[in-house]
Amino acid sequence: MTLRRSALAGLAIAALLVAIGATATLHAADEAPATPPAHNHDEPVIESQSWSFNGPFGTFDRAQLQRGYRVYHDVCSTCHSMRLLSYRNLGETGGPEFPKDAVEALAAQAEMTDGPNDKGEMFKRPGRPSDRFRQPFPNPETARVANNGALPPDLSVMAKAREGGPDYIHALLTGYRDPPAGFKPAPGMHYNKAFPGHQIAMPPLLSDGVVTYTDGTKPTVDNYARDVAAYLMWTAEPKLEERHKLGLRVMVFLIAFAVIMYLAKRAVWARMHGHAAPTA
Amino acid sequence: MAHASSYQPTSSFGQWLDARLPVGRVMHDQFMTFPTPRNLNYWWTFGGILTFMLAVQIATGVVLAMHYVPTPEGAFDSVETIMRDVNWGWLLRYSHAVGGSMFFLAAYIHTFRGLYYGSYKAPREVLWILGVLILLLMIATAFMGYSLVWGQMSFWAVTVITNLFSSLDAVIPGLGTKLVQWIWGGFAVGAPTLNRLFSLHYLFPFLIAGVVVLHIWALHVPGNNNPTGIDVKGPRDTVPFHPYYTIKDGFALLMFVLLFAVLLFYAPNLLGHSDNYIPANPLQTPPHIVPEWYFLPFYAVLRAIPNKLMGVIALISSIAILFFVPWLDTSKVRSTRYRPIYKWFFWVFVVTAIVLGYLGSQPPEGWYLIFGRIFTAYYFLFFLVVMPVVGLLEKPAKLPGSITESVLGPDEPLPLSVPKARQREQVL
Ligand code: HEC
Ligand code: HEM
Repeated sequence: MTLRRSALAGLAIAALLVAIGATATLHAADEAPATPPAHNHDEPVIESQSWSFNGPFGTFDRAQLQRGYRVYHDVCSTCHSMRLLSYRNLGETGGPEFPKDAVEALAAQAEMTDGPNDKGEMFKRPGRPSDRFRQPFPNPETARVANNGALPPDLSVMAKAREGGPDYIHALLTGYRDPPAGFKPAPGMHYNKAFPGHQIAMPPLLSDGVVTYTDGTKPTVDNYARDVAAYLMWTAEPKLEERHKLGLRVMVFLIAFAVIMYLAKRAVWARMHGHAAPTA
Repeated sequence: MAHASSYQPTSSFGQWLDARLPVGRVMHDQFMTFPTPRNLNYWWTFGGILTFMLAVQIATGVVLAMHYVPTPEGAFDSVETIMRDVNWGWLLRYSHAVGGSMFFLAAYIHTFRGLYYGSYKAPREVLWILGVLILLLMIATAFMGYSLVWGQMSFWAVTVITNLFSSLDAVIPGLGTKLVQWIWGGFAVGAPTLNRLFSLHYLFPFLIAGVVVLHIWALHVPGNNNPTGIDVKGPRDTVPFHPYYTIKDGFALLMFVLLFAVLLFYAPNLLGHSDNYIPANPLQTPPHIVPEWYFLPFYAVLRAIPNKLMGVIALISSIAILFFVPWLDTSKVRSTRYRPIYKWFFWVFVVTAIVLGYLGSQPPEGWYLIFGRIFTAYYFLFFLVVMPVVGLLEKPAKLPGSITESVLGPDEPLPLSVPKARQREQVL
């Protein structure tokens, strides 16, 4: 009786945990914070996209990250900093994995201010892989002056800092429209159907062909938005692939261990079966 | 439970130590041969799980603290740097963050288990009170830990919660304001606040560990309660802790760790709020300030009350009331299994706690506020009215003769009409 009851309870708990786990995994398909359901007409609709990094086995698409970096470098980096990233990250495993010489070349394109030297003066030099990404503005005040008073936020962890994550970034960059009749954005603001409140200080920057793709991918706004969103997911979660890989091993180990434990538990408790007193 | 010691050290060192500091004997008597009711179900495995989670939080926390920078300028980036540049840093940080949630999940299950089976009743009142104390310390610890990330939600949660003390201004003008400034170490939440939160977040888990020792000590005096709630009547009713419960707890722990691992590896940010990946900005209030999920029911209670001071009192009471449960419950039987009327009120209370959690995540307006008030009212009525009154009025179902009888059935053949309670119990 005890045996059967324990077994039933054990199975019930196991089933519960697996159910919770499965739900979590389904949610995890989005990796970043879940896309919220739209409540009413005012609230922006964020469409879920399919991403190579979704799901428990997801990995980044190297070519996509390399294109995404291009878009960031050519367009976004004129306004947005990425203070948590260094050029060396571009060559690390689990990321765009640019070859070593490409990383050095990409770093060298940036002109960095260093110093002071032994005369006490600051000087310019080409960037190195160990440098942090070059910041577009020396301070937030300059950034605001250049952007109509609005501050372009740092993009390092942007994909984790908005509900919907990369889906939201894709929707934002493809969400510029003419304002509907009767909606007049404030001066210097732009209508965007994905942005909360629909008025954003960031101008529409992407148009077909602004960034050159060399790998045959069509240079369309939708592709730019998708690629840069995937790239931002990598900058926010650079260890995502390592995490998924280790996760799989841990899962296999835990499940095997749990089966053995369960059998051992049954064997031990079988001694009690029908017995009034323990035999151990 | 007092029982004769069967410890016999074999090595000469063991005998030498046993005569001087009998740790081996205590371990042997309390964790190997300790007589444990033979009928404990899986709800009894969460105590072991909680001990494991405390160890996980302390182990990951101590290593995180080696890399963490407790300053407003450095905190947010240091957490991100840990995840990027420290070896296995992402694993440490996500284990600690998801671990906090898992710790609370286990603590709430453990507490509801105690409520359901009447584990707070004599002679276990002190054991229960120590448990409530641990819960309070956990709440304080997790609140302070969450602030350390110094994201938008961290900063504004600290601002909102510390500001609650200013409601004391309604009692003695100026007292609340003074107290809040003393807590902040300045005129706003800032560098001194973060530094002390870090210091206390490091300290509190060790206080918890101390109370856990007392909690287990208080458990081992009367011994475990069990699903029938009736006392152990003899050796037939118990089994030695090892191997019976080491193996059962071990299996349950593995299942729990499996769930932990699913969240950790596949959805580490699922239970967090995306705003906490925006660095703290004292000049910009987020549109909705919400705490972590495990505080939501209490947050709903706070906001259900229109008056600030009364809201704070309700918030504190919603946890403090647990201290009095041993004396609020007037029932003569422990286990809710044998309480046909109370049973319903109990499950409504469980639903209430979950609904309050949902309401805590919503803005306090319209229907959310109305339901928030209704469920808050039931939350308190359950303790203040249902527990004392139902305990007096209700006629409990017939209890089994002993724990062993509840497992194996009575020695005599069963009478034709088996009492309902027993039928049910055999299914469970
Ligand atoms: C001309 C300067 C400029 C460029 C170039 C630019 N942005 Fe922005 N961006 C801004 C400003 C200004 C804001 C702040 C908008 C606001 O708060 O209204 C912003 C905000 C954002 C946001 C945050 C929106 C939110 O939810 O708060 C994202 C994401 C973003 N930009 C992504 C990008 C990406 C990706 C690119 C490159 C394709 C890019 N931006 C290029 C100026 C720029
Ligand atoms: C009762 C045990 C503990 C609980 C419940 C707990 C809870 C938490 C929580 C909820 C966070 C925020 C996590 C996040 O969102 O990122 C946190 C952060 C932190 N905790 Fe703890 N903690 C515990 C023990 C400890 C201990 C013992 C230490 C150090 C010795 C520690 C050090 C830290 C540090 C440095 C952070 C900031 C880094 C981070 O956010 O990951 N914690 N803690």
